[in-house]
Amino acid sequence: MRDPLARQVVGLKPSGIRKFFDLVAEMPDAISLGVGEPDFDTPWHIRDEGIYSLEKGRTFYTSNSGLIELRTEISNYCKRRLGIDYNPREEMLVTVGGSEAIDLALRAMINPGEGEEVLIPQPSYVSYEPCAILAGAKPVIIELKAENEFRLTAAELEEAITDKTKILVLPFPNNPTGAIMEKEDLEAIAPLIEKHDLYVISDEIYSELTYKGDHVSIASLPGMRERTILINGFSKAYAMTGWRLGYACGPKQIIGQMTKIHQFAIMCAPTTSQYAAVDALRNGDGDVAEMREAYNQRRRYLMHAFSEMGMECFEPFGAFYVFPSIRKFGMTSEEFAMELLKEEEVAVVPGTAFGDCGEGFLRISYAYSLENLKIAMERISRFIQKRAK
Amino acid sequence: MRERILAIIEKNSRIELKELAIIMGEPEIEVANELKAMEEEGIICGYHTLIDWEKTNIEKVTALIEVRVTPQRGQGFDNIAERIYKYPEVNSVYLISGGYDLLVTLEGKTLKEVSGFVTDKLSTLETVMSTATHFILKKYKDHGTILKNDEVDERMKVTP
Repeated sequence: MRDPLARQVVGLKPSGIRKFFDLVAEMPDAISLGVGEPDFDTPWHIRDEGIYSLEKGRTFYTSNSGLIELRTEISNYCKRRLGIDYNPREEMLVTVGGSEAIDLALRAMINPGEGEEVLIPQPSYVSYEPCAILAGAKPVIIELKAENEFRLTAAELEEAITDKTKILVLPFPNNPTGAIMEKEDLEAIAPLIEKHDLYVISDEIYSELTYKGDHVSIASLPGMRERTILINGFSKAYAMTGWRLGYACGPKQIIGQMTKIHQFAIMCAPTTSQYAAVDALRNGDGDVAEMREAYNQRRRYLMHAFSEMGMECFEPFGAFYVFPSIRKFGMTSEEFAMELLKEEEVAVVPGTAFGDCGEGFLRISYAYSLENLKIAMERISRFIQKRAK
Repeated sequence: MRERILAIIEKNSRIELKELAIIMGEPEIEVANELKAMEEEGIICGYHTLIDWEKTNIEKVTALIEVRVTPQRGQGFDNIAERIYKYPEVNSVYLISGGYDLLVTLEGKTLKEVSGFVTDKLSTLETVMSTATHFILKKYKDHGTILKNDEVDERMKVTP
């Protein structure tokens, strides 16, 4: 029999997180700080809207682009929170999570096999690189640095650009580092994007979770809107990960082609989720503010706990992760995480799961109650005291 | 700052001052001063414990009593409210808009004790026109807290 598999798929590295997941699954009593989703339940009024839509029998397909009510609310939201105007009928697509939007954007813009380069800053979410490969692009990694608080600098960007570069993936607020790009950081890279005629896939799924002023989208900068696919969704802001709902906004020309792929591969995002999301956008601002405040309290608590135990960590202002350095303990991230799991039954994710340059760091999620975090910090503190030089 | 302190301690009055200051990102001394000031101003009236008596062996009966009264000239409802709230078994007294005037909640050991209070003490007050007593059969949620305690973290333990 001939080989049934596509070499390109077989060649993809499995997610580094998988191995850890299997290990932790065997330790039911371990405290996990390894989760990449909110600990809150979806606010009840949003769930209730979903239930109501089921009761009413709204169980049909929606239009490929998504319910027009939802797109209108997304458009209002972008205006209200980001100051950007998107036409809900032509410049918007509702997707199955932000992840689908990333995949669609890359596939809609890349000519496979022509060596077009996609710049991917790392450490970052695990799916950009494989999606770029599957789209037929050549991923080019930009290694972000702790001394820049894991922000992307103009110098780093300039150095990575070649005449083959077509797309920059901009993943801020960042998973796993918690880094954000403030307005002046974005203003520093925007001229380069324009000069080299690049497009931006801006993954802003954590945009509501920033703790130092409001999130700024690169699409709101002059000249950037026509070059940017803005990706966001409901998972993190409204604690709706399981509803699988995201969206992409951008120039009609690109959104149109993304919609075509979406139409053939997916048809439409789940209808129940779309009805629930309408309510999230109409009535959910208070819930988001409340969850943001709770995350911020935990973030401050962790920063304090790390400084007390002598664990180096830059102060992250986004998402719900901290990314402390463990370099001084003379172990790799994976060794550290493995020993910590065995010895103290605390699960954290090695930084290397998010790119080679995550070596020397750990991703610690604070999507957990303060009580849980306290126990975990005591254990981590005990663990590193034993190893202090 | 006051609003932020209150939002936290309303949910967790046992939080230590040090921790409160850390999670708020404010100097400990300032948080302590605000707390003290709010106690003195009567904004913070107490630090109570929410108990689900159902789970203990101690018998308790809670009743809500609707009370219709005749307001008194110059006093309104304050005087009659005071006469009612001074009884230690009375938990709360609210002035209510709508079909009746005062809502009184009461805790007793037995049904008899509660009904005794209503017939002997409450209804005999001369300004009280009528009462309607409702006994609480089950508490599902109290002070914003769901009393059924079966929350488990069902998330996968490690996700990207």
